[in-house]
Amino acid sequence: MTVAFLAMLVTGVEIVISHPRFYWGEDGNVNMPALFQLPTPASRGSVPTGYGYVLPDQNGWSRYLHFQAGWVLVITGLVYVLHGWRAGHFRRNLFPAEGELSVGALMDVLKKHLRFERPAEGAPYNILQRLTYLIVVFGLVPAMVWTGLAMSPSFTAGFPFVVDWVGGFESARTIHFFVTVALALFLVAHIAMIIHAGFKSRMRAMTVGVKETV
Amino acid sequence: MKSVPSRRNLITSGVAVAAGASVAGAASQFGLIPPDCGGIFGPGETLTSAAHRLLTGDSLAREFPREKISPKPFAKGEPPSDELFRSHQASGFSDWKLSVDGMVARPVSLSIAELKRLPVRRQITLFVCEEGWSYIAEWIGVELADVLELAGADSKAKYVVYATPKLQRPRYDSVDMAEALHPQAFVTYGMNAGELPIGHGGPLRMRLPRQLGYKNLKYLTAITVTDELSKYGKGRGSSSADGKYSWYAGI
Repeated sequence: MTVAFLAMLVTGVEIVISHPRFYWGEDGNVNMPALFQLPTPASRGSVPTGYGYVLPDQNGWSRYLHFQAGWVLVITGLVYVLHGWRAGHFRRNLFPAEGELSVGALMDVLKKHLRFERPAEGAPYNILQRLTYLIVVFGLVPAMVWTGLAMSPSFTAGFPFVVDWVGGFESARTIHFFVTVALALFLVAHIAMIIHAGFKSRMRAMTVGVKETV
Repeated sequence: MKSVPSRRNLITSGVAVAAGASVAGAASQFGLIPPDCGGIFGPGETLTSAAHRLLTGDSLAREFPREKISPKPFAKGEPPSDELFRSHQASGFSDWKLSVDGMVARPVSLSIAELKRLPVRRQITLFVCEEGWSYIAEWIGVELADVLELAGADSKAKYVVYATPKLQRPRYDSVDMAEALHPQAFVTYGMNAGELPIGHGGPLRMRLPRQLGYKNLKYLTAITVTDELSKYGKGRGSSSADGKYSWYAGI
């Protein structure tokens, strides 16, 4: 899943630099004012960037790989959600446990977190982890897929509400960009935490299964 | 010890092979297999185009009210610098011809004046480039279906190839018959209540609003109805797919 996400990220960056300008609404191009522009050279000479050179065009394979990796993510994601729901993983491990959402409890976890206290082996996810994972699984990733589909002229012919609800094609593209940034930040933090908590034991837990704590 | 396949195994695998073959056959029949289905990106490409065909069918691209037309559309790229193109431009494209041949009852060669005598169609749709920019414009022209009917095209043929063979840097592209007969597939000669500007592909441009910009070929001169894409380029269905860009451009 991480590999597919990294494939999405790299190819997504390649695609974005062919037009590193963002707009809001339905339409937007270099003859129209941009909402904002990324400070990067572009892979197209038709985009004014202020840089004196044009990067090589990598969009062909990037687009093929972006959509293929998209399929991998969507299929794995659906298996994960179905399994997580049927096995009670979401209910047990991700939804906040009783009393966890009170201000006192939240502050307590936050304090421990900021002191970089390592959790005990086999400890359940704490409330910060639960909320973050919930936002990623049920917020950011679905938003990614939704805005991705909203950019497809063919998909939106069949399902126009997908693009209408987010305010148009260029809005969908802009949201897709910001959610990418959020997910990339999550991935960096996630990997940093795994290393902090003990890389080997976490990897074993993720792949083979959790070691029983005696 | 040599393992002997059990009868059950034989039946199961026989049924699996037959099912696989008939699924592949049916998929090809319903236009679910794109011509660039080979290679490492073939699976994703096939999944995408097949899923779109199954989920969206012949649904119409979104059309917009007139006030949504972008005041500043963008025309990418330089017009052809060919001698031939320039002389056509000098004469106001009066000799520009669109030929329709292949699996047709009556091959024809149509001037722009002749195309304009066919029923005029208009659509105000979003033009989206794969790079991420876009604009809304009104496209004026004729339905590709009307052009095909005029030539008596065999509607059981698999593909419609459209191309610019006379340009110095010729390009070709293709759609399957279902896409060609879609009511929003236009051969356009006008844009925003004027002639189609050269920058936007004038005098003739293919307009497929359910697909990205690069599938909307500019400077159109030839349409061929065929069952066989292998004789064009590398056989991947379009100049784009012979290069690096997917044949299906619905996403």
